[in-house]
Formats: sequence, C-alpha cells, structure tokens
Amino acid sequence: MSAGKFEYAPAPESRSVVDLRSSYGLFVGGEFVPTVDGRMFKTVSPATEEVLAEVTEAGAEDVDRAVRAARTAYDSVWGPMSGRDRGKFLFRIARLIQERARELAVLESLDNGKPIRESRDVDIPQVAAHFFYYAGWADKLEYAGFGADPRPVGVAGQIIPWNFPLLMLAWKIAPALACGNTVVLKPAETTPLTALLFAEICQQADLPPGVVNIVTGAGATGQALVEHEGVDKIAFTGSTEVGKAIARAVAGTPKKVTLELGGKAANVVFDDAPLDQAVEGIVNGIFFNQGHVCCAGSRLLVQENAYDEVLDRLKRRMATLRVGDPLDKNTDVGAINSAEQLRRIATLSEVGEAEGAERWSAPCELPDRGFWFAPTIFTGVTQAHRIAREEIFGPVLSILTFRTPAEAVEKANNTPYGLSAGVWTEKGSRILWMADRLRAGVVWANTFNKFDPTSPFGGYKESGHGREGGRHGLAAYLKAAGPKATDRKEAARA
Amino acid sequence: MSPGQVAEITASDASLRRFLAGLPGVDQVGAEARAATLATRSIKTTAKAWALDLAVTMIDLTTLEGQDTPGKVRALCAKARRPDPADPECPSVAAICVYPDMVPFAKDALAGSSVKVASVATAFPSGRSSLEVKLRDTADAVAAGADEVDMVIDRGAFLAGRYAEVFEEITAVKRACGSAHLKVILETGELATYDNVRRASWLAMLAGGDFIKTSTGKVSPAATLPVTLVMLEAVRDFRAATGRQVGVKPAGGIRTSKDAIRYLVLVNETAGEDWLDPDWFRLGASSLLNDLLMQRSKLRTGHYAGPDYFTLD
Repeated sequence: MSAGKFEYAPAPESRSVVDLRSSYGLFVGGEFVPTVDGRMFKTVSPATEEVLAEVTEAGAEDVDRAVRAARTAYDSVWGPMSGRDRGKFLFRIARLIQERARELAVLESLDNGKPIRESRDVDIPQVAAHFFYYAGWADKLEYAGFGADPRPVGVAGQIIPWNFPLLMLAWKIAPALACGNTVVLKPAETTPLTALLFAEICQQADLPPGVVNIVTGAGATGQALVEHEGVDKIAFTGSTEVGKAIARAVAGTPKKVTLELGGKAANVVFDDAPLDQAVEGIVNGIFFNQGHVCCAGSRLLVQENAYDEVLDRLKRRMATLRVGDPLDKNTDVGAINSAEQLRRIATLSEVGEAEGAERWSAPCELPDRGFWFAPTIFTGVTQAHRIAREEIFGPVLSILTFRTPAEAVEKANNTPYGLSAGVWTEKGSRILWMADRLRAGVVWANTFNKFDPTSPFGGYKESGHGREGGRHGLAAYLKAAGPKATDRKEAARA
Repeated sequence: MSPGQVAEITASDASLRRFLAGLPGVDQVGAEARAATLATRSIKTTAKAWALDLAVTMIDLTTLEGQDTPGKVRALCAKARRPDPADPECPSVAAICVYPDMVPFAKDALAGSSVKVASVATAFPSGRSSLEVKLRDTADAVAAGADEVDMVIDRGAFLAGRYAEVFEEITAVKRACGSAHLKVILETGELATYDNVRRASWLAMLAGGDFIKTSTGKVSPAATLPVTLVMLEAVRDFRAATGRQVGVKPAGGIRTSKDAIRYLVLVNETAGEDWLDPDWFRLGASSLLNDLLMQRSKLRTGHYAGPDYFTLD
C-alpha cells in the first residue's frame, strides 16, 4: 500500500498456535508410519519460501498399504457400522474442527499462502459445516432418494488440489464417510500439512483405524492410487488435463469416478446492476483466494453502455486491495501457491499483452521474497484471445463486453468449461431468464463465490462430471442396490 | 454535472424521480456483507493511536434533551475544549450540538476555542411543521451564532414521492443558513431501504447540503455501518460527478472506540482518505468520547483506568 493517512499497522496472527513437526510420515491404519518405498520432499511457505516441514512422497507400495488398510476397515468396522454410529464420529470430527479452528486456519495460510481472513472466516467454518451437514445424513441415507437401501461403494481414492486444501478434503471425506465408505486421500504436493493435521483430528476423535488414510505425494502417487485395483471409486478435483488422464485410466474398469475440473466462468454485469455491489462481486469473483478458484469469475462480461463506469469503479476498488503477508489479518490478497503456478500466470499474462489486450495492475508493493502477483485486469479482450479461453488460475481478470442479453448468454456459454456463472441485474425476471440459459453448474445472482454444504456443486463439459455437496453429493458414494456388507462377508467366507 | 443540468434534474417531481431512479441500485445483501467485511479490519498500535485521536477530533458532542439547561451546556463545552484534563495532548472535539435556545450559552462558553457550535433546527426531530416555522427556527439558530445547522428532511414528503418539495425545503434552509454549514439529516431508520438512502443522499447534495447525516438519534435504528457505507459511496460518486465534496455524519448508537474505528475504516476504503478529516466526517455521539479517552489512556499507560478517571461531562 502506498503511504496514506490511515496506515494499518501489521496485525499478524500468531504462528505459535501451530505445532509443526519437522518431518511427517503417512497416515495409514490410524497411525503415522514411515514410507516403504517413497522419498521425502519439502513443503514451503509460498509467502516466504521458508521450508515448513518434510513430508513423504508415497510410492506404489505405500499406496497399496493404505488401500489395504482402508479395505480392512471397510469390511470389518465402517461398512457394517450403523449410520447412527457413523454420524456420531462425523459430528465429533466436526466439533474438533471447530475447537481447533484457529490452528487449522493458521496452518492453512502458512502452507497455502491464502490470507488468514479467508482461511479463518471462509475455509475452516465451511469445513466444519460440511462435516456437520453430512453427519446429519449418515443415518438417513434411505431417505436421500437413491433407493430404499443404498449401499456404500467401498474404498474411495480421493485426490484434491492445493487451492482449498482442507475444504476440498472435507468435500471429499465427509460424504464418503457418511455413506459408509473408507478413504485413501492424497492431498496436493504443495499443501499437504492441514490434511496431516486432520489425520491427528481423526486420531483424537477415535475414528476406527483405516477409515481415513492419507498418502502425501505428487502426480505419481496419485496415479498409483487411481490405478490401484483395490479402489472402488475415484474422486478427483484439479486440472482438466489430469482429469482427462484419470478418465482414460479408469475407463473399462468397474471404478466409479467423479471429476471436478477447471473453469472459465463468465460474470455478467448488466447496465441496471447494483454497481457498487457488482464491483465487490467482481473483486470477490476473481481475487478471492488469489484467483486460485476453479469457479472464479475470470471472464467479466459488461454491457457496453455501462463499461466505462464499471471499469472506473473496479480500478478504484482494486487500488484498495491489500496484498501481502497472508498471516496479517488485514491482508486481502495473499501469495501465489507455488513458483510453478506463478510462472504459468506470468506466461499467460504476457500472452494477453502480446495478443493486444491492455493490461492494468493494482498499484501495490509486492514483498521481495515468496511468490507474488499483483491483481491484474485485461481490457480490450475478445473471445478470440487466449486469456479469454484458458483457465489462468490466478488473480487475472479478462474484461469483455456485450450488447444484449442474448449476446451475453451466447458469449458466456462459448467456452469449453461450465462450472459457474454470475449475473448482476436489478431485474428479477432477467436473472431467471439468464439462469435458465447459462450452461454452468452454479449460477450466482447478484453475488459470487458463495458456498454452502447443502448446495450441490459441479460442472458441465470440460469442468467435469458429478456433483459434490448437498443431497446430490451422496450419489457419488452410494450404489442403489447390492448385497449388504454382512452378506458380502459371508460370500467371501464361502 | 453542470449547474444547468442540476437545474434540469431538480425542476419537478417527475424529473427528480427519473434522475434518482436512474442511480445504481443498492443490493442489500451485498452492501451489508461489504460493511461486515470491513468491520473485521484489525487496527492495532500506531494505527489505533492515530485513529483514536482522529475520532476525538470528529466528535459532535451532543445534548438534545428537553431538560437541557445552560449549566449542562456549559459543562459539555468545557469537556469539548479539553476532553481529558489528565492529558494536555488530547485534542478538542469538532463541535457541540445543541437546541437553538442553547446556542448563546454554548457560543459564550466556547469563545476563543476551535470548537464549533452546531444547532439542530427545522422542528427537530420530526420536522413536522410549516416551512415558515422551519426557516424561522433556522434563522434563530444562526442569529444566535450557530456555525453549523443540522436540519431534518421531511420524510413524509420523501416517502410520498414529493421530491421537489423536499428539494425546495433544503435549498430554502440552506439560504437561511447564510455562511453556516448545513447538515441534512436523512433519518435513515425511517427511509427503510438502502435505495431510499442513496436517493435521499443525492437529493440533499443536489439541494446544496454541506453534510449528509444519518439520524436524529431519536429513531431506532440510527446510524449503521451499511447505511453509512451507502452514504459514503454517494458522496464519492457526487464529487466525481460535480467536483463538489460533501461530508458525512453518522449519528446515534456509536458508543465504543471499536465502533468508531470501524467507521473510519469504512471512510478510508469507501470514500477515501480525503474524507478522513473533521471537515468531511463527523461522529454524532456523546458516550463514545469517554470510551475513546479510556482507550487512549490504555495505549499510553498500558492499563485501563476506571470510569471515574474520566469526567462525566
């Protein structure tokens, strides 16, 4: 921030609430165990590049051990357990998350680089809410609309991204466990620490060993998990490219699969929109979590006659964004998660300039160390620009214009993706008209990036298939009919 | 916006309605969410010390009771000059706000100080009397020496859509003020919607108000963060359109230093730092002052003093 009258003194959240170990094993069968055939790698704080801890890159045998542990737990404890008892465990986990919220928020910000304001006020409360929500479903599955006696799928292999490490964990683990599945979860290689802290919470909650297993590692670990024969279902959130590879890998196998992939959401602003709130929504849509959001509103479509006014207001608002130390409670925009991601953002921004779009960045001083990118907008963008087509996954907004509602719909839908969209207008009938026509899993009206455990989330086209959250989120972890767990055990014995 | 354009807009109820309805709407959920987010700013150490001092200089120390006496007003004036006898560094407040008949006593007690005298007029707080009476009330206050006049708008006329009437009344009172500053009280608690708050803000500014003020303090809800947010957006947009800067004064219900600092954050991040000045932002509050003094002394000494260490009035 430039020197102004009202300089907010730094208000950093204390790191002392987090008890970081220097080295972490894998969480298998309820215990932290050393690797069998993997290696160790370091996880760093993206804001300072400081090494936070050493974690394990699980090898194929490690993954195998974790899947076996999950299978044993599924057959012997978790599958046969009554829904009511499973619910108790989930409620217990939810409460522990609330009790340890501050610790989880600080660790999340340290490892991911996101502002503490967001991890404290958005991520962790949502994580707890997801466990509470699915805990409530655990003993009511026969009323969820998937048949009279829905059964769990078995062992779920789950792979989650680095943008919302703990929230994505909750989206995956809570419904899987509520339905009676056991899981092997692989967090992203750049953000494994909160998942390992969650493993401690599982221990604290006396969750039966093997119900939740956590294997850390990078792409190869994920691949081993996807290809493992003992896995009944794969749930993946991440890039479209990897999603396609997973779809190819499981094709022809009995494995169920759900994919939550990329997005290039249109945020449509009409001339009669509540402009100040629309500008807040634009800012929240693209600069929330440094733009590391698959449903980020990265394509702004403004009605041409309101373009100048919206742009003026947006620039003025962006100048007040506070970029810097993620642990400072006053920070609005934190660090880019990794050097690799920063390179991708920088490269695509250069492409935008080379293609003739005009670049404008918020005037802010960036720290010397760590991975940083100033909030940036591109004007003069058309559908033919690469920055309007490709997911940048960073704080970069492309601004396009339209003239009529029909044109807005046409442009909004003209993308290989379809995860989310936003509509800003004071006209209720137009909101409904737009929502009917926008091909996106979520359409927000006069707001953006709002989440709730009761609301299903998922995409069209290259944004993936399947839904997470809500009643729909249970479908991915249930099969409508099949032998009961006890019958299957008998069959195995025979 | 040129004077000619303003004249065109304000020519009739119909033209005013067209203009006010053409202002961008306010989404209630979004405005409240934004105000709530800004309220989570963490203001510590040097920033806090700076903000506490600024808040003191922005206070309109107010007594508006039927039982007001010259003695009470004089005591308040002494407090306004020197809020904390234990700390000579403590700045004076911006103004004393009293009923018109108390203005001479306040003027006398504040002679030689920088503290202004503000007076509520125009049949405060309801505003339900004839224009003639309202103008006479204003003239009385000004004649008695008021530097600032706080008027109430006719909420009935506004809600009934008689915008031209409200406009005319404000311009007439502004004329009656002479060189005194005019603060226009919108009584936002009675306007009910944020769209109304934004429209009333523009109406008051078009009519020449020097300040727009949320409330009389006699109606609940009085000042809130979202209402003040909408008004700050209005003065910011008005300056961009006309080049003229108008001040904002939330009044009523602001009791703690924490609250006051939240308002300052709102000013800083909405209208901008040009408004972080007692000429452009005031806090209509009385019980707030002692809490600010208590927090100041806490920063200075490291511990809290009890309420008896600060003067009653």
